[in-house]
Amino acid sequence: MSIAAKANALWEYANPRKFLETSERVLPFFWITSGFCIVVGLVWGFFFTPDDYKQGSTVKIIYLHVPAALMAINCWLMMLATSLVWLVRRHHVSALAARAAAPIGIVMTLIALATGAIWGQPMWGTWWAWDPRLTSFLILFLFYLGYVALWEAIEDPDTAADLTAVLCLVGSVFALLSRYAVNFWNQGLHQGASVMRAGAITGTDTEEKVSNIYFYPLLLCIVGFVLLFVALVLYRTGTEIRARRIKALLARERARG
Amino acid sequence: MIALLLRDLKLSFRAGGGFGLGLAFFLIVTVLVPFSVGPQSALLSTIAPGVLWLGALLACLLSLDRLLALDWEDGSLDLLATAPLPLESVVTIKALAHWITTGLPLVLVAPVLGVLLNLPVPGFSWLVISLLIGTPALSVIGTFGAALTVGLKRGGLLLSLLVLPLYVPTLIFGAEVARRGATGMETSAPVLMLAGITAASVALLPFASAAVLRINLR
Repeated sequence: MSIAAKANALWEYANPRKFLETSERVLPFFWITSGFCIVVGLVWGFFFTPDDYKQGSTVKIIYLHVPAALMAINCWLMMLATSLVWLVRRHHVSALAARAAAPIGIVMTLIALATGAIWGQPMWGTWWAWDPRLTSFLILFLFYLGYVALWEAIEDPDTAADLTAVLCLVGSVFALLSRYAVNFWNQGLHQGASVMRAGAITGTDTEEKVSNIYFYPLLLCIVGFVLLFVALVLYRTGTEIRARRIKALLARERARG
Repeated sequence: MIALLLRDLKLSFRAGGGFGLGLAFFLIVTVLVPFSVGPQSALLSTIAPGVLWLGALLACLLSLDRLLALDWEDGSLDLLATAPLPLESVVTIKALAHWITTGLPLVLVAPVLGVLLNLPVPGFSWLVISLLIGTPALSVIGTFGAALTVGLKRGGLLLSLLVLPLYVPTLIFGAEVARRGATGMETSAPVLMLAGITAASVALLPFASAAVLRINLR
């Protein structure tokens, strides 16, 4: 198959019926593998890795904190992509997927903030600090809230999809801007990127990095969270499509009198 | 364009236009601050730049829901959309009118309120400069928010929820300029960043606002 034909095949899933059929077929796979990865990763991480010599057992909160934080950001990126697809190609499934993803993003952001606070209390001696990373996450949370609130406020589904898509685009720019503005505004307490760094893995840099004992279960948890996110988005998008259909059917009934 | 600007200005200056409400709000917020944190002048002068910026930002926010809603209600927005003037220019003019009636007066009274909050002497000029550079961005971003929520019955609260996160970078750099100015520190970096945000917002956001308005007028 040529690349163009493959690209065309991808757009076939913009057909709601095709999307529902396929998602129903692949969903069990995503549920099971994500459940497996998360359970194995968490059990491995919680019970079969040693306590850190400085942080004790609190280090193990990393298995929830890092994957949740990762998904909170990637969820917004996914919404940005689907919003763009909706604006350009007007596929309803795309707009509904963005709508379905937003509450998941909110929950992931909350998990990241909450686990961070629980870890920060014994380690930094405070539940909350106005550190750039923490602050940007709080701002991201506010962006999610505004996005969901706008979806809920508008009755006409197409207008709502259009307006939220534009808000998502503009919001992305400002969210990114806020991230750097916040960096400028205050010095950080949070450590830098320490999970995936090419230099750290090959051993060329000696800065602190998550050691391998913790890395493998963490990787498993991250994979599990990614799969869980995909499963949730597919599932919720299916629900949105069905809800939209019920609304249309009811409207037709009423029109018939 | 000039006719539209003059019309908007006249409408807001005349009775019921709400001109001065923002100023009164700004004054009241500033008066309430010492009641809430205590009258120690050392404390007040430390927080004065931030409080004045926050007050100006909230006063700006207060007047946003009238920015397009009145024209939407009486149908003149539909006329403007079908007029030969591009909608992008219309929203730019609207934002400019909003700035002249809200932002500019705020800039002018800010030093007076600075006296109330015991702002250090070198801070006055930097406060005015930062507000002068930053408030146009507040108006333009606010116009985008107003365009998003124009068709909604109770859009006021939603408008604040949408606009306030967008105000974060402007507030950070604006208040940083005023704070650094007040303590006699180097201010050129935040001033440039603030000017950059304003320039980019003024250049780009009217397109988003016009697009959103077209969707709402459909």
